[in-house]
Amino acid sequence: MQKVFSRPQALKDKQTHYCPGCGHGIAHRLVAEAVDELGIREEVIGIAPVGCSVIAYDYWNFDCSEAAHGRALAVATAIKRLKPQNIVFTYQGDGDLAAIGTAETIHTANRGENLTVIFINNAVYGMTGGQMAPTTMLGQKTATTVKGRDPTLHGYPLKISELLASLPSVKYIERVSLHNPQEVNKAKKAIKQAFQNQIEGVGFSLVEVLSSCPTYWDMPPVKALDWMKEVMTKEFPLGRIK
Amino acid sequence: MVKKKILITGNEALAEGAIQAGCLFYAGYPITPQNELIACMSKRMIEMGRVFIQAESELAAINMVYGASAAGARSMTSSSSPGVSLKQEGISYLAGAELPCVIVNIMRGGPGLGNIAPAQSDYFQATRGGGHGDYRCIVLSPSSVQEAYEHMFKAFDLADKYHIPVIVLGDGMLGQMMEPLIIKPTNHESQTKNQKPWALTGCKGRKPNVVKSFFMAEGDLEKFNLKLQDKYREIENKEARYEGLFLDQAQELIMVAYGSMARIAKQALLNLRDKKLKAGFIRPITLWPFPKEIFGQVVRKNPKVKFLVLEMSYGQMVEDVKLAVNGRAVVEFLGRSGGGILSEDEIIKYAKSI
Repeated sequence: MQKVFSRPQALKDKQTHYCPGCGHGIAHRLVAEAVDELGIREEVIGIAPVGCSVIAYDYWNFDCSEAAHGRALAVATAIKRLKPQNIVFTYQGDGDLAAIGTAETIHTANRGENLTVIFINNAVYGMTGGQMAPTTMLGQKTATTVKGRDPTLHGYPLKISELLASLPSVKYIERVSLHNPQEVNKAKKAIKQAFQNQIEGVGFSLVEVLSSCPTYWDMPPVKALDWMKEVMTKEFPLGRIK
Repeated sequence: MVKKKILITGNEALAEGAIQAGCLFYAGYPITPQNELIACMSKRMIEMGRVFIQAESELAAINMVYGASAAGARSMTSSSSPGVSLKQEGISYLAGAELPCVIVNIMRGGPGLGNIAPAQSDYFQATRGGGHGDYRCIVLSPSSVQEAYEHMFKAFDLADKYHIPVIVLGDGMLGQMMEPLIIKPTNHESQTKNQKPWALTGCKGRKPNVVKSFFMAEGDLEKFNLKLQDKYREIENKEARYEGLFLDQAQELIMVAYGSMARIAKQALLNLRDKKLKAGFIRPITLWPFPKEIFGQVVRKNPKVKFLVLEMSYGQMVEDVKLAVNGRAVVEFLGRSGGGILSEDEIIKYAKSI
């Protein structure tokens, strides 16, 4: 019998530590599929963040580096400048990329580094126990916004993709979601495009991936997917931003 | 390389030393009094076809160095005291990931924004870690423009040999002053000799490499820390260096100073010896590992010897001297910081009083 579906070579045969219903497993796989399909596994260097996906390098089957919280794009910048023939990407959560690492994010984008960024937005801090993220929805209850996010105290959900799109050196930004199979397919296409851009030397490319966190949204996994569709995509509209 | 003699600032000598030592990557952020260094690197690195980045912050600069080192390149950053404080998290990660790199600190007055006058008040920060965790950096302290240049070769060689961050600790006086520098061929270990099979180059023909400092499995971090401690003991045993003067005979007084302070202290010492005081001199060149052994040897020659530690701080290296002397002799201290620098006369006056 012909085998039509198997584990990508860029993904190790290893059980992940993620919670049931978490989007990271899907996002890791989409990165691995894109890497395989582009035939770049032996050239890729991935930068893992600090956050739930801190040990992404235990699951991917290619060269990887850790980075301090928020500093993945500084690490990636240096590697790409020294090794322009390698394909360098960062995989970062909302706290990493849009809170503690905002300066690195904006300045790496503004320098127009030829990098690929996979930005996982699940509107909450996962690894530390469900605190408010820069992308937390208004009214969303977290460990540090027990009455819900209040714009007068906590500001509004930060749309960093739209902010970055205003920079002339940013070449590609798309927001995708993992809430159903159709959207997952679109996410895969965008991730592959962001890698293809780097191969062609296009410049700074970022894919914002809306992802679920049933544990810290305090919802069953299926309800979490509905919430993504009904609530998150209203605040963070899907599609090509730049 | 042809031997030549040029007039140059300490900051430029550090930059030129790095270039000649095969530094392939520099990232930095402007701060006085080390600005000549970054300016010189911006010109020279580009000329040499190497990578220079003016980073958006000290945090970005040190993390760029982390990336560059992970990619296998000889890499460095430079700054001055407040900027080096910002780099501490990154230095801890570099130590934890066992990545070689060189960090130059041209010290100025503190705490806080302090001022831009020369100081030596970052000794604790450089030799005690500065960042979090049980780690050490090798610390070299040049005291002349010539040494500033030569220490860069040593710094890159030690960093590669022990997979460790190396700090070159100067001060604003050394960075800004001009002295003749003799550029001559050196026989340092070239970077090509240092194979880095752990570097991130893409996993073609081998298993994937991972550069990290994260050890979550039970027992792993303790095992790793013990391995680091073994490395630090080896460095303490092999790499401590100092300059000694008149230590072959028993002396009544030994002056101890490093860096720019040692230049002034040495003049005071020669002056005191002209006045028939029996005095010797120890200048630690490596601040970590601290050259402990020589202090014991000096005390054995004369158990009544007194040490006078001179610093451009309010007493930091003096703690290492006391640890080395371990209660076997009197250790006196004289220091100024925050703009003031001890003069030869002040030192002589104090030395006569003890």
